[in-house]
Amino acid sequence: MIALTNILFQYQNSDFRLKLNELSIKSGTKTAVIGPSGFGKTTLLNLISGIYLPQHGSIVVQNKTVNELSDSERRTFRLINFGFVFQDFKLLDYLTVMDNILLPCRINGVLQLSAKMKQNARKISSLLQIEDKLRKYPEKLSQGERQRVAICRALLNDPPIILADEPTGNLDPENKNRIMRILFDYVNEKKSTLITVTHDHELLKGFDRIIDFKDIYQVS
Amino acid sequence: MRQSFYLAYKYITFHKTRSMVLIFSIGIIIYLPNGLKKLINESETQMVKRAKSTPLIIGAKGSSTDLVINALYFQQEKTESITMKILYKVNAAGFGYAIPILSMFTARDFPIIGTDPDYFNFRELSIGAGRWMSFVGECVIGRSVADKLDIGVGDSLVSSPKNFFDLAGVYPLKMNVVGVLDPSDSPDDQAIFVDIKTNWVIMGMGHGHEDLTNNYDPTIVLERDSNEVKVGAKLYLYNSINEKNIDSFHFHGDMDNYPLSSLIFVPKDHKSETIFRGRFETGEFSQQVIVPVEVVNKLLQSIFRIKQIFNTVFVLVGVATLLILVLIMALTVRLRKNEIYTMFTIGSSRLKVIEIISFELILLVGGSMIFAGILYSITGFFVKDFIHNFII
Repeated sequence: MIALTNILFQYQNSDFRLKLNELSIKSGTKTAVIGPSGFGKTTLLNLISGIYLPQHGSIVVQNKTVNELSDSERRTFRLINFGFVFQDFKLLDYLTVMDNILLPCRINGVLQLSAKMKQNARKISSLLQIEDKLRKYPEKLSQGERQRVAICRALLNDPPIILADEPTGNLDPENKNRIMRILFDYVNEKKSTLITVTHDHELLKGFDRIIDFKDIYQVS
Repeated sequence: MRQSFYLAYKYITFHKTRSMVLIFSIGIIIYLPNGLKKLINESETQMVKRAKSTPLIIGAKGSSTDLVINALYFQQEKTESITMKILYKVNAAGFGYAIPILSMFTARDFPIIGTDPDYFNFRELSIGAGRWMSFVGECVIGRSVADKLDIGVGDSLVSSPKNFFDLAGVYPLKMNVVGVLDPSDSPDDQAIFVDIKTNWVIMGMGHGHEDLTNNYDPTIVLERDSNEVKVGAKLYLYNSINEKNIDSFHFHGDMDNYPLSSLIFVPKDHKSETIFRGRFETGEFSQQVIVPVEVVNKLLQSIFRIKQIFNTVFVLVGVATLLILVLIMALTVRLRKNEIYTMFTIGSSRLKVIEIISFELILLVGGSMIFAGILYSITGFFVKDFIHNFII
């Protein structure tokens, strides 16, 4: 369960304020967050994952109050519990596909870079049909392949929650459907929670819940 | 740590061109002051060693630096010559012995040094191949000459005329290589040694030609009386000396007045040296006597002053490079904002990012130091060229 209560968040040196009385998302569900640009959809994902801390309110994820954890605890919590998929993939150009997938293990000692982890990376890449690209660099891949690499990275340690920020924003219709199918298959199989921010109303089919941001929170 | 190093390594190796440019630039900045220091120190060691092993030099009055450079390092600076008479006079004084040096000509850009066998004993030179020269027209070459010209015993070398238009003077002489010296890590490696008479032949003071006693060809013998024979330009002069024509070689004029560049004087002991030098103070000798190490030290002092200027410049360039490096790293961090944000998002700490960037810096600086080290280690090979081109 993810629960946000009485949230107030404001960026430094900005007029943007996000106020949210209550929002809860059940574990194992697929939730789409829609709404106009600038309403703070991405900010919501960053609050849930503990990247941003609210000035007021509480965020409970997996029975832990995220905003009460220390910096180090939040990093570890994020690494273990969340998988991130971004619109622009955010792959590191100087790492091969394999190294990009294993990046979470290389930047935080909590996830050990074990043989099992490498095997898992190969297994996921095989499921996503990029097993023949593991030695290539991102610049040699198509947009769809890059997003699949990013998904592999997000799923490396079987996280219970996947946060996807416009995951199909840069893809053609064929790849859009493919990526969403991959994400849906994964969460269905693992009973994970998927929260996807999107502008694309064609993708909403298949989600358990659709949250229209402009209906549930106030922004000033 | 290992993972941070790995990521840093991947970043550096992926951006090869940028990394290489940085490594070369920083490497050169690290190398320059150290390389110059090594060059100057080794040059100093070599020059001082040579000067220290030469007690005194006697030569015509004029620039003492030019005289030392000519006598010790065989750079053929324009120095006034002295005569054989001085050699006899110095030896007759009884304070030691003098070794003649005549350094005026070259063969294929290597100096031809006319001297006598005492020189080889004095410099403790040994023959690596062949034998010492015994006749006029023979030469013994230094190891570098043999290596660079790819010649050895049995080959020949032709002296280079100083002036192609000096028809009456210097003729090229073909010299037979009869020996190659063992390497001595000194200017002797770069020299062609001949008997002093061979040098005089090159100068045109001695020559060989066909016997004119019974030659009555009016186009060759222009005039003849009981004392002398006047000949024309048609007379063929031998340009090499061999067993067949060696007897025809002869010298004209008073050989006491034949020229020498300088004398190396080896006194019997310290007392003899002091008394001998005093003779030059009192005017008994009109030449100058030089303690080479004093001249070399003076010469090196000017080099050290230049080195200090260079060092100041290098410090400034080093600081500028450091600032540029800081700027590059700051710009790189800004350019890599997205990458760093991704790392934070996934679960990296600020410290981890600093660790990765620090490893990148360590790799760059380490690579630069290795590059500087390679340059530094090959610097030793250029000491001789440095001495030739920048010091003397």
